[in-house]
Amino acid sequence: MGHIAVIVRRELASYFATPLAYVFIVIFLALAGSLAFFVGNFFDRGQADLQPFFTFHPWLYLVLIPALAMRLWAEERKSGTIELLLTLPISMTEAVIGKFLASWAFAGIALILTVPFWITVNYLGHPDNGVILASYIASFLMAGAFLAIGACLSALTKNQVIAFVVTAAACFVFTVSGSPIVLGFIKGWAPEAVLATVAGFSFLTHFNAIIRGVIDLRDAVFFLSVIAFFLYANAIIVDLKKAD
Amino acid sequence: MPSKKTDAAQPDEMISVRHLTRHFGSILAVDDVSLTVRRGEVLGFLGPNGAGKSTTMKMITGFLAPSSGTAVVCGADITDDPIAAKRQIGYLPEGAPCYPDMTPSAFLRFMAHIRGFRGAEARERIRTAIERTALESVLTQPIDTLSKGFKRRVGLAQALLHDPPVLILDEPTDGLDPNQKHEVRKLINVLAPEKAIIISTHLLEEVDAVCSRAVVIANGRVVADGTPGELAQRSRHHNAVRIEVTRPTTGVEAALARLPGVLAVEPADDDEGAALMVFPRDGRSIVADVADLARAERWDVAGLRVERGRLDDVFRTVTATAA
Repeated sequence: MGHIAVIVRRELASYFATPLAYVFIVIFLALAGSLAFFVGNFFDRGQADLQPFFTFHPWLYLVLIPALAMRLWAEERKSGTIELLLTLPISMTEAVIGKFLASWAFAGIALILTVPFWITVNYLGHPDNGVILASYIASFLMAGAFLAIGACLSALTKNQVIAFVVTAAACFVFTVSGSPIVLGFIKGWAPEAVLATVAGFSFLTHFNAIIRGVIDLRDAVFFLSVIAFFLYANAIIVDLKKAD
Repeated sequence: MPSKKTDAAQPDEMISVRHLTRHFGSILAVDDVSLTVRRGEVLGFLGPNGAGKSTTMKMITGFLAPSSGTAVVCGADITDDPIAAKRQIGYLPEGAPCYPDMTPSAFLRFMAHIRGFRGAEARERIRTAIERTALESVLTQPIDTLSKGFKRRVGLAQALLHDPPVLILDEPTDGLDPNQKHEVRKLINVLAPEKAIIISTHLLEEVDAVCSRAVVIANGRVVADGTPGELAQRSRHHNAVRIEVTRPTTGVEAALARLPGVLAVEPADDDEGAALMVFPRDGRSIVADVADLARAERWDVAGLRVERGRLDDVFRTVTATAA
């Protein structure tokens, strides 16, 4: 556990050592706010809830989360520090989890900074704070799933731009896999069971269920399983690709 | 006393490389390399670029998994118990990579913490490492902005931090100026008695300066292994005589070539003057014969020197025949 904490600290510090952290937070807050107010009709709906705010999170994450994840392994491989990291007396699991947790904690910090929205909506009316809390948790879990995918894919390349683009594409497929965009692609030839499975992987379906107030533990388990699966794949990919 | 063990490591045998082999696809990068390094030994790893030096080091330090064979570091097998083995190793990877956006002090703190040092002990170890590598002046600058020499020293500081019994340094003096090279070699000499050290280099002078043993590797195989002196004896310059005759100006070369023990006479390649290099047959000593001849012929001799042998000769010969 000690090793993971040390790695998390170093990774978090390295986010804040470059302008990336501040640019990310400012853009995230500005976009989250303006999408909720202007596109989501936060005021005009006349309802005291944060649904218009959370609705846009999957799309925001689609653009912003790959930027957090792209450096995790691609940069280590490019600068050669991966050789330093993996010859330390730590296990691969500790390295993978430490890096992931640092990026997840950073996403959490960005999310916590949106608390003024919650204060505003409580000032204006009487929202269901249980649903809002669940939405925050769902948003955080979804960010984790995106980050796990991104961390895994960033281990495939030394080039951060490639890591960004591939991660954004993969996250897009996962986000919309319940929609006609993806289902129409496979409907013609795949059996019904496959169709249902693919649709079941839709981040959007699981996320929207929670933010509409349908709180089901299975949706949380879904996101945690995605994280676990991609971190496992991450460790395997790092092991395979580290020497190239 | 009956000997019980045949394969177990000697107590002072700190690195034992056993039949290490590594393929990259169809390319055989390291081919059945075996060697042992004892406490107090500094092993110089020599070879042309791409010979497999770095790959071997990467396998000993547990970064790369061997295709077959293994390395045992202080009793811990790097494939069976990598964490125990890695704890015993200080490693400077090729190119001395360090996290570019960190400062040396933050970087060394990270390394100390991840190696399990806390509080006063961590501070003390960091202080010692900084002192040994003379990093005091750049502690708060991002590593990114440091010169090549300072980066290399940050990498060295990191490798020395936990005072490991085994040091593996991939080109520790690459990119340093002559003074810095001298400092690093002095440091290695200071550390040597207590540790087992492997350094890779293509500077032959470095082997002379710090190594107690030289291993030449070419095409992934060990092609020579011995003390620098032993290797030098395999040079055609071993026991060659460098003679500088100012008068007469003709006939000297021919007279020397007629001596029975002499294989060849060539103009010496180390200056533009009249010096000649007299090569012996089979490395025998010919200096007495040359001196006698000079006296008998009443030559004016401005200089006479016996060559010890040149490592670069040996290096070229053994790596060329292996190719």
